[in-house]
Amino acid sequence: MSKIIASAAIRGAHKIFHKAEEKYCEALERFGPRQEVGFPNTAYYLPIIYAVTGIGVSRVEDMRSVLDICKKMIPSPVRENTPLPYLAPSLDAGMATFFAEEMIEAIRYLEEPNVYAANSEDPTEATVWLGAANDVIFRKRGVEFVDGTAPGFAAIVGAAPDSQTAARIALELQEKNLYVFMCADNGGKRFSQQLIEAGIQIGWPTRLVSFGPDIYQAVFAIGFACRVAMAFGGIKPGDYRRNLIYNKDRTYAFVLALGDVTDEWYANAAGAINWGFPTIADTPIPEVLPTGICTYEHVVSNIPHEQIVQKAVEVRGLRVQVASVPIPVSYGPAFEGERVRGEDIYLEMGGGRTVAVEWTTTKRMEEVEDGKVEVIGPDVGDVQPGMRLHFAMVAEVAGRNFQDDFEPILERQNHHLINQAQGIMHIGQRDIAWIRISKQAVEKGFRLEHIGRIIHAKYHQDFGAIFDKVQIKIYTVEEQVRGVLEKARASYDHRDARIEGMTDESIETFYSCVLCQSFAPNHVCVISPERTGLCGAYNWLDCRAAYEINPEGPNQPIQKGECIDERYGQFNGCNDYVRKASRQKIESVSLYSLMVDPMTTCGCCECIAAILPMCNGIMTVDRDFNDMTPCGMKFTTLAGSVGGGAQTPGFLGHSKYNITQKKFLKGDGGLLRIAWMPRRLKEEIMDRLRKRGEELGIPDFPEMIADETVAKTEEEVIGHITQKGHPCLTMEPLM
Amino acid sequence: MPEEKLKSIDKATVELIDKAERENISTVFSRADELKPCPIGVEESCCKICSMGPCRLPRPKKGEGKVRVGVCGATIETIVARNFARKVAAGAAAHSDHAREVVQTFIKTARGEAQGFTIKDEIKLLAVALDFGIAVEGREIGDIARELGEKALNEFGRQEGELVNIGKAPLKRQELWRKLGVTPRGVDREIVEIMHRTHMGVDQDYRHLLQQASRAALADGWGGSMISTDLQDIMFGTPVPVLGSINLGVLKEDHVNVVVHGHEPLLPELLVVASRDPEIRRLAEKTGAKGINLAGMCCSANEILMRHGIPCAGNFLQQELALVTGAVELMTVDVQCEMQGLQSVAECFHTRLITTSDRAMIEGATHIEFHPEDGLDTAKKILKMAIENYPNRRHAVYIPDARQDMVVGFSHETINYLLGGLFRASYRPLNDNIMNGRIRGVAGVVGCNNVRTPHDSGHIAMIKELIKNDVIVLTTGCAAMACGKEGLLTPEAAKLYGGSGLAEVCEAVGIPPVLHLGSCVDNSRILMAATAMVKEGGLGDDISDLPAAGAAPEWMSEKAISIGQYFVASGVYTVFGTTWPTAGSEKVTRHLFEEYEELYKGMWAFEPDPVQAAQLMIRHIDKKRKALGIDKARDRVLFDMAMRRALD
Repeated sequence: MSKIIASAAIRGAHKIFHKAEEKYCEALERFGPRQEVGFPNTAYYLPIIYAVTGIGVSRVEDMRSVLDICKKMIPSPVRENTPLPYLAPSLDAGMATFFAEEMIEAIRYLEEPNVYAANSEDPTEATVWLGAANDVIFRKRGVEFVDGTAPGFAAIVGAAPDSQTAARIALELQEKNLYVFMCADNGGKRFSQQLIEAGIQIGWPTRLVSFGPDIYQAVFAIGFACRVAMAFGGIKPGDYRRNLIYNKDRTYAFVLALGDVTDEWYANAAGAINWGFPTIADTPIPEVLPTGICTYEHVVSNIPHEQIVQKAVEVRGLRVQVASVPIPVSYGPAFEGERVRGEDIYLEMGGGRTVAVEWTTTKRMEEVEDGKVEVIGPDVGDVQPGMRLHFAMVAEVAGRNFQDDFEPILERQNHHLINQAQGIMHIGQRDIAWIRISKQAVEKGFRLEHIGRIIHAKYHQDFGAIFDKVQIKIYTVEEQVRGVLEKARASYDHRDARIEGMTDESIETFYSCVLCQSFAPNHVCVISPERTGLCGAYNWLDCRAAYEINPEGPNQPIQKGECIDERYGQFNGCNDYVRKASRQKIESVSLYSLMVDPMTTCGCCECIAAILPMCNGIMTVDRDFNDMTPCGMKFTTLAGSVGGGAQTPGFLGHSKYNITQKKFLKGDGGLLRIAWMPRRLKEEIMDRLRKRGEELGIPDFPEMIADETVAKTEEEVIGHITQKGHPCLTMEPLM
Repeated sequence: MPEEKLKSIDKATVELIDKAERENISTVFSRADELKPCPIGVEESCCKICSMGPCRLPRPKKGEGKVRVGVCGATIETIVARNFARKVAAGAAAHSDHAREVVQTFIKTARGEAQGFTIKDEIKLLAVALDFGIAVEGREIGDIARELGEKALNEFGRQEGELVNIGKAPLKRQELWRKLGVTPRGVDREIVEIMHRTHMGVDQDYRHLLQQASRAALADGWGGSMISTDLQDIMFGTPVPVLGSINLGVLKEDHVNVVVHGHEPLLPELLVVASRDPEIRRLAEKTGAKGINLAGMCCSANEILMRHGIPCAGNFLQQELALVTGAVELMTVDVQCEMQGLQSVAECFHTRLITTSDRAMIEGATHIEFHPEDGLDTAKKILKMAIENYPNRRHAVYIPDARQDMVVGFSHETINYLLGGLFRASYRPLNDNIMNGRIRGVAGVVGCNNVRTPHDSGHIAMIKELIKNDVIVLTTGCAAMACGKEGLLTPEAAKLYGGSGLAEVCEAVGIPPVLHLGSCVDNSRILMAATAMVKEGGLGDDISDLPAAGAAPEWMSEKAISIGQYFVASGVYTVFGTTWPTAGSEKVTRHLFEEYEELYKGMWAFEPDPVQAAQLMIRHIDKKRKALGIDKARDRVLFDMAMRRALD
């Protein structure tokens, strides 16, 4: 701190604290002490207060004790001459500021229920302000922090001098894969509104998150970080030190203060330093350069707008690998969520109206000229805006290390790779691909060739170790497209048969996945052919390829060793590996059980299975299901109790695909134990579920599984499964 | 006529020395002019251990081939080493006997038998209890405190094993002590053993004698002194930053002035309480005074300054001068560093000198003994005496206009808090800024005043040189008070006197470039701060790896030798000024200055010029920086996901 900053931060903390007290008294008067308060659909209460103090504020009256804590934490103003040390008191004051702001915001949700677009990822017609992320949004986005797709976030406070500058800063942050969390105003202007003025799509999908109009909504950004630590880092509420240091070491966030820094801004900036999040300002405020609480500098100021993003990243100590793709539009994960709609569409391919197919196949070395992209048929320039074309893209790959098994792995990347181009929307894969190219992209010079350029560049960047050359052919004439479709379909069938035929017994090597250890340091996934990764993103072949690509990377071969328990799927090689890789936190792990030594989860599992003791069965719920489940916990609460690398018998994180794999819960009775799952999940996996039921001799098994339309409580599940004669009722007792 | 020697760099002090001279009052300054130091004694070349001597062994004259020995055959090495070891024993005894008094009072406090005392810092009580292996779960505070007191008392009489606090040192240091055979077994035992070994005809190998000196010194620093600091903190509160003021100008002409002098904080704590008693205040006002003005002197001052912000009248060489103002109604003294000359100065005025410890009386002074059972009554009694004495002022009062504000109260626990707040408290920012070179290193500058050196000049010259070179200074005792008077204990001093890197860190944290850690027993806080830096990581794995050095530029007491010896044995390069007490033997001096570096990775040095001494310290700090590989600027490390996964 400098004395000026500390003095201002402490003044700001006093002001915000008084506001919170006022709001609390009003709420007490208007709503009464027992009135429920909180942010929408979250199991983390007011997350900063919860993470730091362990206090779950759920009623107005709960705020009293937190206000008392704040009062003790905010020191007297800094004396002008011979002041007492002020760094520590101003950090404490900053923390109290966040507590106070969370309470102000919780009361605002009571007073003005429509001020934020609750449960929406995008601004609505009624409001541009998104407010606190609910747990579904938080988990979906949190996973990107965990797997490294998003290295952190920029909390932008205030506004740029004009909307063009705002747009430039936002684009630069997006290109660095960072989330942009926006709040507060500068002279009546707000960064979010500047982006809208510049015609930029804001909302969670484009990582440009308009939290709110005032400084108080800075707590939504910090609360997000607190939740990441609790959900994925396994850090308990109240364990403030670990939460803060976890975020300092792992969440690369920083504050960009744009405009005149008020006392309230200083108070928030001081608070953020507790998490190791520094402030970079565009105005000439005092700097705090000595290091220690943040990784590097604490406050850096007077940075020109064209340098501010680069400076911020450097001050935070972040290395961003930016993809270099030779296309005329911006490129990166931040553009994945951007939509191309109606008026904006220049060209559309697939989506049911025309054929669109993507196929990656192996060729001999001499057949491939690396980097060659051919467009055969009409291109963007040959059609009028709003038209459709057929589309077939064949990526021909060659290389000494390339194997047929890698084809689907590369091919599956096409969706992400193409979708990450600004102004290009990509949905689906294989023969159900769907591509839209926007007018804005075409205006910047985007042509079909560039889709090939993306594939060439990104295949090399991400998978360079497993192939040598790739060329791309894009067809847009129907006849040729249908020719490709036929060959591709034959290839898909061949691949599916091969993966279906693989069993855990048929191979000696499993793979680990410790990708998430950047956020969940004790969690280890063991991935076998019949147990795909719990996040749904990695199967055994993916891991094998990933290992070939990067032998030092997060996927390592595990010699499975001797099978020491066939029923539960325990292997001594696996156990030895997990013990070491979990930093001695986990002794042994079952691949096929939720009751005995279940595998841990980082928190980014697609589904969580939980025991239903009275049913003698098991339920599972996917992370998109937001309501209460029969086990008495919502997904988010379940994830809160089993995430972060803790082994919790009776609970298991798994992928959607895993449900219909043969070894799923084999030790506990297999798929036939499943008594409940959300309807949408059931429908999503229906074909495979039915097929698996047939294999098990119960063709109508999907109908025996209860869902929320027939059962919301465990009693109702019993009712349903008894009526249907569900097999779990007659199985050996689970407990 | 030769120019008169500068007596003090402090204007107020000089004014009162002049006043004393004008009024023909004998003070330490005038006596020093009259009495030159003994040239043989100054080199410690005299042995008076048995009645066959005293044997004086001055250095052989040039060309004299003969090796001089005492009548018993004792070599100059033995004689010098024995004298040195005995100084360590006396110093360690002083700190440890102070500690014993604290522990005994602590036990009475725990039992509820000490009037006016309570357990103020329960968190520290629990922490220290855990260090002593005491179960704390589900027990009453008083019960835990009682057991802690008893266990702490055992440390004095312990005969075997190791002192408990040894376990607080860095592991590598503990192993080194064991290897060298200097791990203290019990506080008293090590002191007694020195007295035995230095008796006529016992230990006559200087290396072996000095090994025991280390063991006794460590029993002081990590034993008596540390126990004293910890238990005082528990009873009176661990210091936190507070605004104080210093120098003779804190005395107030229209108040009843009571100066609290000495070292133990027990009675002073109660005097603070009693001075706020409405009845006492009313009595004072009745005599026409505006109130009671309590002011400290020496380490008693440091104790109540650190915890209550009670103004501090001055350091060691100012004790008589406080009385020369004619404004002091009463001065209490307990133990250590109280000049007998006080009584004759007091007699020139209306001032009453009160001795309060059962261990220390001064002929002519009034003795009012402090006992914890009725300590508060005693305190009130003393204040009443002062009030009654207020109308007896018979001389014109002269109080120099000298009073300087300062920020004090830095315990090692508080430094931890100040560097990161409630939620991120740690030594990380200090270590980080040492590693990145903003702070070059850390120096502990402590110790006394010595009338053979212009008062405060050594401290100030040395410390200014250090902070100018970005070395942050931790200080205690009379050195701290010298800094206070010079304005070095203000945050503003960082910009005025500090190097740019140090100034930047001080501005960030809001601290002075020189941190006042307390009284002379509180040098144990410096040991703990150094250990905390080692444990924080990045600066090696032992105290001796730190870019750090210690000094006592104006030392005079045996306590200073004990402190220096325990710092050296803990791995700190330590430079003393004024005179050097093994100057009589080159071999002993070489052992302490050179061979100790091999043995303890820390060694003594002597340099009377404070700026040169600071340069020696800086050179040592630079040597350590080089060994740590932090002598050159390092590139910023940017982190990617793989590096984050590799984190523990």
